[in-house]
Amino acid sequence: MNTPTDLFYTESDEWLRREDDGLVTLGITDYAQGELGEIVYLELPEQGASIVKDGSFGVAESVKAVGELHSPIAGEVVAANTQATENPGLVNESPFENGWMIRLKPTGEANFDSLMSAEEYAAYRAA
Amino acid sequence: MPNSLSLEPLLFELSDPGSASDYLPPLDVPEASLPFVVRPELDLPEVDEHSVVRHFTRLSQNTFSIDTHFYPLGSCTMKYNPKLNEAVAAMPGFAGVHPLQSEATSQGWLEVLFRAQEILAQIAGLDACSIQPLAGAQGEFCGLLMIRAYHNGRGEGEKRCRIVVPDSAHGTNPASAARCGYAVTTVKSNAEGGVDMDAMRTALKDDVAAVMITNPNTLGVFEAQIEELCALAHENGALVYMDGANMNAILGQARPGDMGVDVMHFNVHKTFSTPHGGGGPGAGPVAVRSILEPFLPVPHVKQHEGGEFGWDWDRPDAVGSLHGFRGNSGVILRALTYILRHGGNGLRQVSSDAVLSANYILARLKGVYETANPNGCKHECVLSASKLKAQYGVSAWDIAKRLPDYGFHAPTVYFPTIVKESMMIEPTETETKATLDAFCEAMLAIAEEAKTDPDLLHHAPLTMPVGRLDEANAAKCLNLCWTTPPAEAACESTGEPKREVAGAPTY
Amino acid sequence: MPYFSLTPADREAMLATIGVQSADELFADIPASLREAARAAFADLESGRSEMGLKRDMARLAAKNTHAETATCFLGAGLYDHYVPAAVSALASRGEFVTAYTPYQAETSQGTLQVIYEFQSLLCRLTGMEMANASLYDGATGLAEALILAHAATKKKRVLLPRGLSPSYRRVSATYLQGLPIEIEEIPFDAASGQIDSEALSALLQSGDVAAVVVAQPNFFGVLEDAPTIAAATHAAGALLIAVFNPLSLGILPPPGSYDADVAIADGQSLGLPLTFGGPGLGLFCCKQKFSRLAPGRLVGLTTDANGKRGFTLTLQTREQHIRREKATSNICSNQALCALVATIYLATMGERGIREAASHSFHKAAYAREQLQTLPGVKPLFSGPQFHEFALRLPVAVETVGQALASENIIGPYDLGRDYPELEGAALFCCTEKRSREEIDFLAETLRSILPKPKVESGASGSDLNGSGRLHLEGLSIHYLDDARTFYLDW
Repeated sequence: MNTPTDLFYTESDEWLRREDDGLVTLGITDYAQGELGEIVYLELPEQGASIVKDGSFGVAESVKAVGELHSPIAGEVVAANTQATENPGLVNESPFENGWMIRLKPTGEANFDSLMSAEEYAAYRAA
Repeated sequence: MPNSLSLEPLLFELSDPGSASDYLPPLDVPEASLPFVVRPELDLPEVDEHSVVRHFTRLSQNTFSIDTHFYPLGSCTMKYNPKLNEAVAAMPGFAGVHPLQSEATSQGWLEVLFRAQEILAQIAGLDACSIQPLAGAQGEFCGLLMIRAYHNGRGEGEKRCRIVVPDSAHGTNPASAARCGYAVTTVKSNAEGGVDMDAMRTALKDDVAAVMITNPNTLGVFEAQIEELCALAHENGALVYMDGANMNAILGQARPGDMGVDVMHFNVHKTFSTPHGGGGPGAGPVAVRSILEPFLPVPHVKQHEGGEFGWDWDRPDAVGSLHGFRGNSGVILRALTYILRHGGNGLRQVSSDAVLSANYILARLKGVYETANPNGCKHECVLSASKLKAQYGVSAWDIAKRLPDYGFHAPTVYFPTIVKESMMIEPTETETKATLDAFCEAMLAIAEEAKTDPDLLHHAPLTMPVGRLDEANAAKCLNLCWTTPPAEAACESTGEPKREVAGAPTY
Repeated sequence: MPYFSLTPADREAMLATIGVQSADELFADIPASLREAARAAFADLESGRSEMGLKRDMARLAAKNTHAETATCFLGAGLYDHYVPAAVSALASRGEFVTAYTPYQAETSQGTLQVIYEFQSLLCRLTGMEMANASLYDGATGLAEALILAHAATKKKRVLLPRGLSPSYRRVSATYLQGLPIEIEEIPFDAASGQIDSEALSALLQSGDVAAVVVAQPNFFGVLEDAPTIAAATHAAGALLIAVFNPLSLGILPPPGSYDADVAIADGQSLGLPLTFGGPGLGLFCCKQKFSRLAPGRLVGLTTDANGKRGFTLTLQTREQHIRREKATSNICSNQALCALVATIYLATMGERGIREAASHSFHKAAYAREQLQTLPGVKPLFSGPQFHEFALRLPVAVETVGQALASENIIGPYDLGRDYPELEGAALFCCTEKRSREEIDFLAETLRSILPKPKVESGASGSDLNGSGRLHLEGLSIHYLDDARTFYLDW
């Protein structure tokens, strides 16, 4: 299982990256895309939408399953990956790079303490 | 399109303008002036009658059915659909009657519906029944509306805003609850796949309107704690709804009303042999305890003192109406015919043979496949392909795709979701021992193939009109309607479809 | 014993394989008290019947009903007595179609799937809409589903239903929406034309928060609405237009797609289904493709198999209850697939010309019947709006009395509008399809004439023979409403 070490992870299989400009990028993990199978539809919020902590920010659907996307931090959507909504297969091919989903401007100081490291996430999924 | 020549063409490809046969005599009244501009064209195909007959006959031959194949879909009760039912429903005195005719001119129909109401209530062990709901899902919806009305009447409608549903339940249960505006609490099953009484106790707070259960459950196991569960719900002021999808297992062996259930629906297209028709129509009559009787939908069928039958609209507490007319009357008529043909003892034999057949398959296959039914089952057994998946990469999906090559429809796979690589097999009481044996032989042969030639299974079926279909592309490049000339593909195919390693629950 | 496939010897052998003594043992996990109660209750049920005896009894029940095969049916009100080619039931009763399950396993169900795809395609052409689903239960529940879609799509709360819409559609919608945050409001009809009261509609739209406006074309009174104008007003208010249509009428009437309906629903019974006491019917559901993910029910899509061969499969299943559970777009599972097959075969056999003919004959025969009936003493047309194949008349005698008298002449109908509309007491709704011959219509007129009281020259109108209603004024029976209608439709 591919688990980049510079990211934070959630129990519901999202990843978060702290960007240099203070923004946070979210996507789903390699494990999550594998469980879903070929993603045929991706619904992401509009730019400017506000996301509440642990709230849903969209869905990723395969033919057989639906994955709700959750953000562990609150914030405002600065960008949504329209390339991925047009070609959801990007999430399968490149979950951590081209298949990113949204960029958030965190509300206040984002707290990453409760999130898992790559090592912890790998162990969590291996269990 | 490659290979499309070997397929049955679409009606639109058969169309030859001017070729349609005619059916109506010339107009025998003067033409009136039209108070609107007549639509210029309809763009409907024109095909001569003989070609229409060949087209649909060929399509029918591309379809597995109970009339042609063993069809052991778990929880679907694919039993023989007796031809007598169809003959009765086709009688002009039933087929040609308008529901808005006067009561005096429709006494035969009213008697049919009245007797169905009465006998279904008796079978359920409950006090009253409405034949109006159109399918199981609508029966659930109707039952939950009645539960809502009941709590409203006690001033607890606002407070009781939640329905408790086990995680093994059919998807319509939570979906129907949501349609009534209820929140849904899902309760995990215990290790045996049954209701976890501790989890149930925790979930049953004073905001619960009802518990929905399926008994026997989707593992084919009778919930032996059912009476305790009902008592627990009632102590908490909640009611108990029972999904009757699996009634074929317990006809005459146990009645929901005796268990403590307050309201249930029947799936007459399962238990009472009305045809599935490729997806419908069904009917989902609901039976209720007397406390819910005032809420049954309108119109209800009643018997006047003089013995005639009539519609009862005067039911001020009724939840409303669920159909533009009187329900799927033609389906209820078939079900009543089936019930009367069997009688009480015949119906008991139905459940006895259905359970015997399922246990026989379980006994023959449990050495090769793992099972969720170590202690036997009711009308269906749940096997798992987990070991084959781990050892040879062969999934329940692969097995389901291979069975048609042996002349059998697949069982339900990936449901219940609580069993990994599950295969839910329901043989029903209308299969010969020879058929059951042939099916078991096929399952054993496929388990051998998994060892010797797993790749064959990944590519199955091999003998069907089409191979595995690209379902992902169907969803991405949505084509729901044929245009002439064919529309440019809305999006590009991504080439070789990914092999599906698992499936959605398919019933 | 009927329909059992196991012999006593089979049962013995199977019990031995399982390792139990009797089938009863297989039920040992059910508490004994429950088993005893069930055994006793089932012993009280009637005994099983022979096929011969039961069939005879059912035939006797059937004989107690008056039916449209031998009686003459002028009753409509949502269900219609059309002619159905013999090929339709011959094909639709093939066991392969009748006894198949839902086509979840695509490879074994290509026949069923192709039929549904053809059904969806035919409906798109007939309605001018972008997509259709594989069917819903009936027209009334279809409307309820459409209202729920409109709420989901617009996030608005009010839905406007015309009073001239079928009472049963309004009743079922109210039943479906009672637990949801959607409010139904009523648009009154114009007492003269029978159409939607456009001023009242404007006022209702002005209050805002409207998710949908429903227009029935034709409405319950058989009157055609000014659908394009209603559509424009609806869209200007940011609401969706839901059209309720009669599919057969689309043989000659402009389709819902032509007036930009967002959702179009109907009962498909007029496409080849028998009356069968009202069910099974067929819910038709069409919409713009942008609402595909909010649509209820099954959808069949075209795709290819691993070898590039054309095939069909269920698609967008993630909307449905078996995957989405409480978040599904609808709880519907079983639909009316076999009825959709009937409609598909009906449309295929009748073809473009046949559908056009059935629709236009229905229109002309209704127009002829209206002419004949409204010249009867004391009978007046109720509404001036243009009609398709149903029309309302005010009768000088109680409608129930008329119905009974007609029944004795083996005539079914008319529908008593006073049942649902107190303000229309004394009004009756008649229907003519292509099946009604001139002779039958003339017979209806003659029979009706013999029932009605003879006209009096003096208008006193207190006579008890007139039900005390004073309805017998003969006000030069005008037909100018047709001209009005023509003007009105010039805009189309």
